[in-house]
Amino acid sequence: MSLPPRRKRAIQTPASVGPIDLERAMTGNESALQMVLTGDPGLYAIVQLSLLVSISAVLFATVIGVPAGAALALVRFPGREAVTILLNAMMGLPPVVVGLAIFLLLSRSGPLGSWGLLFTPQAMVVAQTVMVAPIIAALTRQTIEDLWVDYRDELAAMAVGPVRRVATLVWDARFSLVTAFLAGFGRAAAEVGAIIIVGGNIDGFTRTMTTAIALETSKGDLPLAIGLGMILITIVIAINALAWIARRAGERYAG
Amino acid sequence: MRASASDLPVMLAEVKVVAGTVTILDDVSVTIAAGAPTILIGPNGSGKTTLLRVAMGLLAPTRGRIAWGGREAAPPKKRAIVFQRPVMLHRSAAGNVRYSLAAAGVPRAQRNDRVAELLMLVGLSDLGHRPARRLSGGEQQRLALARALARDPDILFLDEPTASLDPAATKAIEDIVRAVAARGVKVVMSTHDLGQARRLAGDIAMLHRGRLLENGPAAAFFAGPRTEEARRFIAGELLV
Repeated sequence: MSLPPRRKRAIQTPASVGPIDLERAMTGNESALQMVLTGDPGLYAIVQLSLLVSISAVLFATVIGVPAGAALALVRFPGREAVTILLNAMMGLPPVVVGLAIFLLLSRSGPLGSWGLLFTPQAMVVAQTVMVAPIIAALTRQTIEDLWVDYRDELAAMAVGPVRRVATLVWDARFSLVTAFLAGFGRAAAEVGAIIIVGGNIDGFTRTMTTAIALETSKGDLPLAIGLGMILITIVIAINALAWIARRAGERYAG
Repeated sequence: MRASASDLPVMLAEVKVVAGTVTILDDVSVTIAAGAPTILIGPNGSGKTTLLRVAMGLLAPTRGRIAWGGREAAPPKKRAIVFQRPVMLHRSAAGNVRYSLAAAGVPRAQRNDRVAELLMLVGLSDLGHRPARRLSGGEQQRLALARALARDPDILFLDEPTASLDPAATKAIEDIVRAVAARGVKVVMSTHDLGQARRLAGDIAMLHRGRLLENGPAAAFFAGPRTEEARRFIAGELLV
């Protein structure tokens, strides 16, 4: 009995596609590197949409999350601890569940179906806002509450009223809050579960870096997936570098 | 002329502060009038900090009454306090003083001049741009003094401002206290350093276990204390 002849090793992808030459995908003529370096328009349209969606989501989440977090830090009310625990838990919301919830909300027969937002970039912004707002709110609450414990006596001695108090705490915590925004952006930019459900990954309309990577990998178009992957990782590294710089600047200018 | 009525004298009548089962201040009645500094002495835990907080209006007594210039509800416009461990805002040294000026309602146009003047008074003119939290302990205490003086107070409460400072830093603080008192600001300062009390006091008030044992001119206090506890305290015995 003889074994079948040994074949060249290749990555096996879904049936229709056949084996893939990884080396060609990485460095060949139509390769990932080539696309990134030559500014392939399809690739950069996807990058642009991704950034637009995630940055919008972080802006909305900031508008919601910072006041909510500050209020939770400074206002005493019954059930405050439960809300805090819930908020901290929501930092780890599974993106697919958020996607599902927003899908149900926006689908044609859902409560907000008449807005016609499902499978639009706006729907993706909504989903990512829902994911990021708890992160920003929870980190804001922690930061503001710690600072308030620190400042309470001094501000009381200076007879600082409630409005100026909140403004002072948010302003003096600004360098720490930047870290919260960047953490939110990092999570939004890297998630795929929520936006693929509510956006639908429509080519040229709701296709983002993460959804494209998921799709192209399963289709076998590795160059695009790898190119996007490289850009995504670069962005994540840049975000962390920014967070680092913000913290250093905070230490330098504000102590 | 000052715009608002003076906060002096500060009158405490039968003030009692209870926290849980512990009586921190017990029937303290005292009148603090304008004049040379009143130094508040007594061992740790005798109630000095609590008395200062009550007199500042930061802590409502459990029983008893307090009035500033005859008014029982007076927002701390003309009072200022430097806590034992002052908290620096996350701003520059000048930013800390400027913040206090703004909180006190000093018009924006006057703030820069006042910041410079106050930093000069406490000897921090060269360090205005530094983050306040990067200053040394003594510098932070002086900055806290500048921040308190930014409120242009009638009365200034100081809670052991030299507790953890070396002699040079202590002297710097004492010099500022003298200068401030000479300008007519009433200083009420706690310490458990008897030497410091002798150097600065016009009046002495002595607390022990929440009770006000002595209250009167410093010379008389040091020459002939009325109570046994005060005599032992002056003699340097360990009063507990």
